[in-house]
Amino acid sequence: MNEGGLHHHQSDILVIGGGLSGCWAALTAARAGARVLLLEKGYCGTSGVAAPAGPGHWWVPPLPGAREEAVKARLDKAQGLGEATWMHRIMARTWQTLPDIGRHYQYEPDDSGRIRLNALRGPEYLRALRTYCLAAGVQILDHSPVFGLLRDKAGRVAGAYGVHFQGALGPYRAQAGAVILATGGCAFQSRLLGAANNTGDGHLMAAQAGAQFSGMEFSSIFSIVPHNTTMSRAMIYSFARYLDNAGQEIAPDAEGQSFLGVARALAQGRVLCDLSAAPETVRAQLPLISPNVMLPFRRQGIDPFQERFPIDLVGEGTIRGVGGIRLKGENWQTGVPGLYATGDVASRESVTGPISGGGAVNAAWALSSGCLAAEAALAEGHVSTGELEPFTDNEACSNGQNGSDSREKTIRKQIQAVMLDAPTQLSRNAGNLRAARNALENCHDSLTYSAPGGSWRQRQQRRETQALLAVARWCTASALERTETLGMHRREDAITKASDVPAYHVISSGLEHVQSRREAVHA
Amino acid sequence: MIELILEAQCTACGECVTICPSNVFDGGPGGVPVLARQQDCQTCFLCELYCETDALFVHPDATATHDLTAIDVATGDYRRDSGWGSWAEDAQYRNEHWRMGDVFALARSRT
Repeated sequence: MNEGGLHHHQSDILVIGGGLSGCWAALTAARAGARVLLLEKGYCGTSGVAAPAGPGHWWVPPLPGAREEAVKARLDKAQGLGEATWMHRIMARTWQTLPDIGRHYQYEPDDSGRIRLNALRGPEYLRALRTYCLAAGVQILDHSPVFGLLRDKAGRVAGAYGVHFQGALGPYRAQAGAVILATGGCAFQSRLLGAANNTGDGHLMAAQAGAQFSGMEFSSIFSIVPHNTTMSRAMIYSFARYLDNAGQEIAPDAEGQSFLGVARALAQGRVLCDLSAAPETVRAQLPLISPNVMLPFRRQGIDPFQERFPIDLVGEGTIRGVGGIRLKGENWQTGVPGLYATGDVASRESVTGPISGGGAVNAAWALSSGCLAAEAALAEGHVSTGELEPFTDNEACSNGQNGSDSREKTIRKQIQAVMLDAPTQLSRNAGNLRAARNALENCHDSLTYSAPGGSWRQRQQRRETQALLAVARWCTASALERTETLGMHRREDAITKASDVPAYHVISSGLEHVQSRREAVHA
Repeated sequence: MIELILEAQCTACGECVTICPSNVFDGGPGGVPVLARQQDCQTCFLCELYCETDALFVHPDATATHDLTAIDVATGDYRRDSGWGSWAEDAQYRNEHWRMGDVFALARSRT
């Protein structure tokens, strides 16, 4: 329907974001007979960090003791923040549901003729999910970023508004009985492969609706890429050594994988990677395991196994980090009526603790949270009727001038200078965190009083900048709040050990004024 | 960053315009797409998979363009190694993603 240039959409379930979690959510709801609309900022099938990668899934068979053992191992790593119930639920649901993808994904047997159901190549997996969604009757609208959520008279989330950049062009309003937010984590537009669209849009719209965040201090994790590239696929670097500008090998740090030594060497100059220890068999198999990994080398005339090549670190923010929307119910409810948060946009502390869930736990979380939230939303059975309105109108802050693209770029660069600075993020202290907070508050002041206006594209970019900034501010406030080292959050100025204080979550919230506080973990 | 659309190979199917997650391409007047928003490219290489005639070339440098021309580049290797589309039946490019867990385990066993 198109009234006065505004497109109207109506569905039972609205899913925002067409990556791993959003696709599984949409699919689950559609197969249960619901009318489902999936809005994707880019293209459902290529958007998000799973598409160019290769997610494994946490995959533990229901054999006697097997899952208990896996949960116990993970709880030990989770250092007081993990919860066995959540771990069991995502393991069980992943085991139950993932094999369905075999209808549209062509598995290849391994050398012994066995199908390994949990390991899927990203482009094929996301293409299969799209095909499956469409076959199940999901309406997918690509290139349709959401600008904000809509509420009904009772204050319940009942839709979203945004703009279609392809297809039916122009602004839209989508009304639904419930909204599942699956917009992914935020990596501050580092060069992390596939993460350019992960600007925290979902975090921002959830915050405007009143959601809070948890674990945003667990956002300091970095990956290796060949210099100037995006190729952050990790497997081959498990055979790597790194050398500084003087040719000295950089010793792995005590924690083994945080790259602080590499980060400090990169601040001084070039760092070279040596892959000569990679076995011949792995070198030969690599193109058929991860076909994109060799592209940067081949296309720049580098033989990565014969010669050393320069590398960079790229930030992973809350993507391979942990923090996100604080969940308030056992089925991924956010505490805001009508709004669910699944996948990387939600805090994953209950299944990962303060360390990264890596590909396996995070993919199992993405899948199962999508499925279970969709079922919970359907069970709620809410039908939205009547008028809707936006939660807040940020654009009311306009001073009426035309937006300035260059100023916006400057603000994004300032956010990145803080959040993607590997040496200070990997070794935090009160001084550098306060400096970061001040820099971000200055960005906030300057952004609030600059004007939106302009084209739809400019307005979308402006939303993204606001979102990037909001996420950066919650991360920084949370990092200041947690004064001990815990997992990936490393405070070089810590006086107490995390093991000496009762476990707590750091809850952050607020847009105009950011707040953070500790909340004890309930035993 | 997306560097080239090879006009001689492009069939103007418009697939890249649709599937680019960064909405980099616009449909061109002659049907051949144009790089309308090149700087928005996220260097994910996925457009190359979806281009059945290998008419696209993404340079791995995500920070700059390189003024390359058609004679400078070889295309299609990502799609081929992925066994994607017209390569799907070629046993030589079978999907061996399932090996990844074994490779990680091998690396762990050596340290």
